[in-house]
Amino acid sequence: MPYIPLVEHLPGITGLLEYSKDTAAPIRELTQILLRGPSTLTEGERELIATVVSKGNECKFCTAAHTAAADVLLGEHETSEKVKQDISTAPVSEKMKALLLIASQVQKGGKNVTAALIDAAKKEGATDIEIHDTVLIAALFCLYNRYVDGLSTITPSDPDFYQSLGERLFKYGYNRLPQGYDHLKKNGVEQH
Amino acid sequence: MAHINVPEGVPGIRSLVMFRPETGKPLYDLAQVLLRGESTLTPAERELIAAYVSKRNECMFCMSSHAAASRSLYKDERNMVDEVLHDMQHSSVSDKMKALLNIAGKVQILGNKVTQEDINEARKYDATDKEIHDTVLIAATFSMYNRYVDGLASWAPTDAAVYDEMGDRLAEKGYVTPK
Repeated sequence: MPYIPLVEHLPGITGLLEYSKDTAAPIRELTQILLRGPSTLTEGERELIATVVSKGNECKFCTAAHTAAADVLLGEHETSEKVKQDISTAPVSEKMKALLLIASQVQKGGKNVTAALIDAAKKEGATDIEIHDTVLIAALFCLYNRYVDGLSTITPSDPDFYQSLGERLFKYGYNRLPQGYDHLKKNGVEQH
Repeated sequence: MAHINVPEGVPGIRSLVMFRPETGKPLYDLAQVLLRGESTLTPAERELIAAYVSKRNECMFCMSSHAAASRSLYKDERNMVDEVLHDMQHSSVSDKMKALLNIAGKVQILGNKVTQEDINEARKYDATDKEIHDTVLIAATFSMYNRYVDGLASWAPTDAAVYDEMGDRLAEKGYVTPK
């Protein structure tokens, strides 16, 4: 049960973003720029950063949601699973490994990002803006993960829920749906 | 030296926002609505939550600037800020604020550390849903800002006078993106 009254048909983050629309607007805008805006990192790669950080923060809802989004974007399930298990042996580029290692240190604390980690990423060709965006995506998910779990929002157990959510994030990104979310009400909590 | 090529001599988050203004705008908009928007918690109280979380995250820049903003907003009661940062439970802040700061401290560790008992304690002192929501979101937001500022090793001035001036500016003008 959430600690504050949230609409039942929108579990996880969506109910919170509808509860407080004035704070949701800049959070959504920031997320859309970072995860879907122009970048030399692919959308799939950026979703992997979100996934790894959410896993580190033990946020089941965000981990499942961004795993699903990464899988839709990458067209397979293997990469996200391997990245969550062990970055160093995952099937991603050396540059992505270096960036994911930076993200997982940001998750623990900003000061954990050492000059050596940054140098390693730059040696693999990471640009300043890629490093910037990696750190900010990781930091942003430290916000989301705490927001979602700190207010004890509902984490659906049905895998289909996350599949549909992943497809919605693929199709529409992170902006509020222009029609709102009432259409998800029809069949109760498990609908989306 | 910052980890990336940000403008020199510009402190903390301002240097990062000048490096990437597109993301800077929503970052500043969020601070403005959370810390200055309509709320039954005063801007001074909300800045205190921000400073408290930043201290726990050991982010010198954010702690010093938001403590200074809170002092400036508390005016005659400015000692409250240092009392809370020194020892929150034994400070003279209200019981409701103690309960909310306790929740913020749990959020700083991890979202799933906040318990029903923590929430009940805040409700005992008449904290509303919106106040609990805003406390959790302020704590979560500063868990982001703190990591952004330190994760890129942005410059944190060590001169206290710099922060006093920053605090007065934040108290007076709020969160305006640097040009």
